[in-house]
Amino acid sequence: MAKKSRATTKPILLPKDFKSHVKPTWCPGCGDFGVLASLYQAMAQLELDLAKTVIVSGIGCSSRLPFFVKTYGFQTAHGRVLPVAVGVKTANPDLTVLAVGGDGDGFSIGGGHLAHAVRRNPDITYVVMDNEIYGLTKGQTSPTSPLGFKTKTTPYGSSDVPINPMAWALASGVSFAARGFSGNPKFLTDLIVQGVQHPGFSFVQTMSPCPTFNNTYDLWRDKIQDLPEDHDVTDRMQALAQAFRDDAIPVGLFYKEVRPTLESHTRVTDHPLRDGGRDFDVRALLETYR
Amino acid sequence: MIAETLLVRLGGESGIDNAISAGDVLTRSAARSGYHVHTFRTYPAEIKGGPVMFQLRVGLRTVHSLGDELDVLLAFNQEAWDLHHKALRLDGILIYDPDEHDVPEGFQGTAYGVPFDRMGRDLNLRKGKNLIALGALSALVGFDFPQLQETVKDLYGRRRPQFIESNRIALLAGFQWVKDHVEGEAPIRLAPPHTAHESELVMSGNRAIVAGALAAGCRFFAGYPITPASDILEEMASRLPGAGGAVLQTEDEIAAIGSVVGASVAGVKAMTATSGPGFSLMQETLGLATMAEVPVVVVNSMRAGPSTGMPTKMEQADLNIALYGGHGEAPRIVLAARSVEDCFYQSMQAFYLSETFQMPVILLVDQSLSHRTETLPMPLISTVPVVERIRPSPEDTEDYKRYRLTESGISPMGVPGFDATPFTATGLEHDEYGAPNYTPDMHTAQLDKRGHKFEIAADALCGLEPPLGCNHYGVPEQEAEVGVLAWGSTAGVVHEAVEEMAADGVPVAALIPAVINPLPADRIMQFASGLKTIIVPEVNRTGQFAAWVKAHTEMHLLSLTKYGGLPFTPAEIRAKVMEHLVSRSVKPTPEPEPVEEGTHG
Repeated sequence: MAKKSRATTKPILLPKDFKSHVKPTWCPGCGDFGVLASLYQAMAQLELDLAKTVIVSGIGCSSRLPFFVKTYGFQTAHGRVLPVAVGVKTANPDLTVLAVGGDGDGFSIGGGHLAHAVRRNPDITYVVMDNEIYGLTKGQTSPTSPLGFKTKTTPYGSSDVPINPMAWALASGVSFAARGFSGNPKFLTDLIVQGVQHPGFSFVQTMSPCPTFNNTYDLWRDKIQDLPEDHDVTDRMQALAQAFRDDAIPVGLFYKEVRPTLESHTRVTDHPLRDGGRDFDVRALLETYR
Repeated sequence: MIAETLLVRLGGESGIDNAISAGDVLTRSAARSGYHVHTFRTYPAEIKGGPVMFQLRVGLRTVHSLGDELDVLLAFNQEAWDLHHKALRLDGILIYDPDEHDVPEGFQGTAYGVPFDRMGRDLNLRKGKNLIALGALSALVGFDFPQLQETVKDLYGRRRPQFIESNRIALLAGFQWVKDHVEGEAPIRLAPPHTAHESELVMSGNRAIVAGALAAGCRFFAGYPITPASDILEEMASRLPGAGGAVLQTEDEIAAIGSVVGASVAGVKAMTATSGPGFSLMQETLGLATMAEVPVVVVNSMRAGPSTGMPTKMEQADLNIALYGGHGEAPRIVLAARSVEDCFYQSMQAFYLSETFQMPVILLVDQSLSHRTETLPMPLISTVPVVERIRPSPEDTEDYKRYRLTESGISPMGVPGFDATPFTATGLEHDEYGAPNYTPDMHTAQLDKRGHKFEIAADALCGLEPPLGCNHYGVPEQEAEVGVLAWGSTAGVVHEAVEEMAADGVPVAALIPAVINPLPADRIMQFASGLKTIIVPEVNRTGQFAAWVKAHTEMHLLSLTKYGGLPFTPAEIRAKVMEHLVSRSVKPTPEPEPVEEGTHG
């Protein structure tokens, strides 16, 4: 397709214009409402084009999010948000690609993909809504649930050390890592905006409580605090030290570096692949087999 | 004796004798001389050590299978002799290294002891013994030596120009040794090629799949290394960037199919290739592609299973998972390529079908077809139209329903960045807009939509002619007593066996469909209507294809299975057909000897 016929819609600047007609399925008080509100705000601030934005998700309460946004969306299989998002972005680097999902989706069933998506550094923003519980399946222990956590699947308390998603992303070589709180949508909006603007893989861990099965609002409000003012976002070891703190849940921008993205790598062209190689001469290739 | 078809096997030690490399260069040289060639190879799963063999069948006419008894065995060591001498015809030619082993008393063929290894050391050509052997082979049985010299220079010299001279010396040394030490001619010599014949292409199945995909417009490939599909990933990695495409080596097969689905959603024709274990991992995401109606092409090069099984051996045992591997009712188009040339066409056809019907298409090949090389004429690229999924029209944009309930079941697919039709695709059951919807009516309607597309595909495909549809060999089925119904790479063996028998007056016909699902059941029943017996040979234990055909036709079929990790031979097919003719008291024509002069074709 010729460039001129590419879809454009006029810039939409209001957050409500990103809202779809599908009503969120979340429980009242769910942290994910705050994340969604932040996302609408961020998308408006970034003046994203509905027809050039794709929100990819996996399965879980938070993975319902694409339905509530007017852009293109793709709710994939459980845990597969990142490979699919990488495919979308590689196929068309012109698109703004957001990946969203929960802690079970991203760190348990889909955990194998995180390090690899991170090290390839595609220009994708991954917003994980972490509530330390499986909500959609009605309250089972998740990979970020604390030690000793009691649910129907761990009636005697969880014996598994919880995953530290921030440390994991940092150790895998993530080029942008931030943590926000659904209870502070303005702060979170700013982190999402920075993440989308960052040229590379942006990991945005969002503490997003589940009031129905794991109400952590009070606990987290007590523990959440901004990263120290002198925190150096270019120092991965400092970021890791903050990630491993257990006296507090630091929020803010942990780490940022600019390095080549997957799309800029020589293997991948910088234009939509649909445009590429229409006239590739297969016959010439076949001739080499004589 | 001048042979119109010659079967040569090279056996040696992996990583030492370079028998595979020698076989490859001999293949290319023979093709350039104007012969038709069909090769087969086995190698251990280990990188260094273990026996390898390369089998090369050369003919004046198209060679459809790896053949039966060997005319020539070139054994680099004792183990190669031990493993392969039984495959050599009684009056066959043995070329061996007398420093490695002796030829036992009672050997009835003609043995030529050529000290490859010692000659290599004397010439200070440590890795030259395979070329010395090729030179000797060429001199003995009549491969065109100037062409061989030229091909070695061209193929080896391209990669390592510093060895052009030593390669030349090695090749010539072997050739000259025969001239100096052998009196008279070898008892079997290859007939000179038809000079007017234009040289054909030499490709492996996997390379033909890649070329077909590129011709169809595939511009994204993601894969994870797995034998015997890895070289599709490698070939794509080398070719796709130059074609304006991109390749990802993913962390596993789940990510590979995930990225392929994502790329297709973004409007690019996308493919992955794997083998059984990886194909198993892809099943869930294939269901997503069915549900979200995303065109994707998945190649499964079957190896012997289950589990890790025998990675370097062939089997046709993944038909069931290809057909039934998904949960829920997720119809998939399944194609099976029958030859290297067919790999090109079926790869193109897979894209044509996935784009047209917006669903996954699975292309089945196997280890033997993936890795063997064959000569083939330059494919006619226009055989399969290059199409793209139907896209939203301006009217559709107004109130865009991605999953609109259309008559055909096919609905326009909006592409982000290109169409102003944002929607959310999902693996959940959904309404026409794509929004989750669990009502009985909508689930029924959308299941019907997805099912209907498949039925439309079945209608479109049932009358498909060769080279894309059913191939027919032997006598017309109305004149046949016994029929052979086969699929995939077993086609070549059946083709050869049936044509030979038919030429000798045996009333036998064969039908080989390429489209396995939707099965061309009407065509199969028409084929079967006058036949007394239908034999279904396939390389698996339970007769998966026979069961699939029975389920659609309720015909009585005679399943013929083989499951040792190797393909059928033409003799095995002939024997089964003849046995059945005998048992039915049909006056049998004597079975032709497998490799008698001039019996081929």
